[in-house]
Amino acid sequence: MLDKNQIAQRIAKELKDGYYVNLGIGIPTLVANYIPDGITVTLQSENGLLGMGPFPLAGEEDPDLINAGKQTITTLPGSAFFDSAMSFGMIRAGKVDLTVLGAMEVSENGDIASWKIPGKMVKGMGGAMDLVASAKNIIVAMMHTNPKGESKLLKKCNLPLTGIKCVKKIVSNLAVIEVTENGFRLLERAPGVTVEEIQNKTEGNLIIEGEIPEMNL
Amino acid sequence: MNKVFKNADEAIHDIGNGSIIMLGGFGLCGIPENCIAALVKKEVKELTCISNNAGVDDFGIGLLLKKKQLKKMIASYVGENAEFERQLLTGELEVELIPQGTLATRCMASGYGMPAIFTPAGVGTEVAEGKESRVFNGKEYLMEYAFESDFALVKAWKGDTAGNLIYKETARNFNPLMAMAGKITIAEVEELVEAGQLNPNEIHTPGIYVHRIFKGSVYEKRIEQRTIRQVAN
Repeated sequence: MLDKNQIAQRIAKELKDGYYVNLGIGIPTLVANYIPDGITVTLQSENGLLGMGPFPLAGEEDPDLINAGKQTITTLPGSAFFDSAMSFGMIRAGKVDLTVLGAMEVSENGDIASWKIPGKMVKGMGGAMDLVASAKNIIVAMMHTNPKGESKLLKKCNLPLTGIKCVKKIVSNLAVIEVTENGFRLLERAPGVTVEEIQNKTEGNLIIEGEIPEMNL
Repeated sequence: MNKVFKNADEAIHDIGNGSIIMLGGFGLCGIPENCIAALVKKEVKELTCISNNAGVDDFGIGLLLKKKQLKKMIASYVGENAEFERQLLTGELEVELIPQGTLATRCMASGYGMPAIFTPAGVGTEVAEGKESRVFNGKEYLMEYAFESDFALVKAWKGDTAGNLIYKETARNFNPLMAMAGKITIAEVEELVEAGQLNPNEIHTPGIYVHRIFKGSVYEKRIEQRTIRQVAN
């Protein structure tokens, strides 16, 4: 089973040279720590920055320079600032190559729910609806089950949706899964996790074809 | 025509009960701190606020919430604010949540003189309920109307007496968009100079959109999530 950092590490293997990438809050943010050597990836922060760098050193925090999670950050050489309309303009126009975000539920047809639990939690969708409606390639980073042990990979989402038919791939603590027209296709299993366990913890249709390799971190 | 005001109190003098106001900023970054303080002091009520976030419990729009000065909040993300959640769940506060890109672009459309935009954000979700949609090139888009406000309150880094504005880093965010969407736009700046002293090549918001400008007396610039890295060995 993978921990949060290992999920991020596995997702980082999907990055390609020259990619512009938007990383959501939580596990997705950790992906920045594992960008493979030898490739250049430019991180977009939807509040208005391309070329996001690491967190600042103590004493170098700048209140005017934050990421979409409101954390203090830095810029890298070649970075650019812009307003929020242009930021979502480049997202809507498909200029951002990859979006990585978290989810509460994903359904077998690629619907995603991530912003609201009726009667319990109302924080808002932020930029998630814009991102999932437009991104060419969306990877969801999530735990396979909720704290009660119930599957978060469902036939149909129960919670209010963030977007429809948009998730392309899921990297969970148990598996790497591709979302296809016929449901979840199991691509890889986490070290020490069996196909049976993944099957048991996936409520939606899970397609298992041939030998399923163990993930290579 | 003189656009320069002495301070926040004078610049917001005619914002009355029931006004619809936009406030620039993302989180606590680039918010019009001095205008918010003046609104708290003026005790105007029944405000409708359009802003990406609702501040935190004791700063930003949170200060207006605490004094129960808001009737309605239109935002994209309102986490990080317990008082907000309380007022929302008890029904004291009316809330409309809209996607961040839609919020930004609806403000932009207003300043560009376009009555509506089409966006795929929210298609198939509860955001789409009751809205017109149209298919372009096989993909569905929602029609969203341009936003206009009675007053737009924005924060810039530098401004001149003609109302031209320059923003700093990610404190730009919603500020230039909301600056275009106010019937009356009030800009507060850290540095106010005479017209001619800013480089015209570097202006983000042309002064035509700005009706009033003043130099903010104090900027706390509170950091919401202070995150640092350790020095590598």
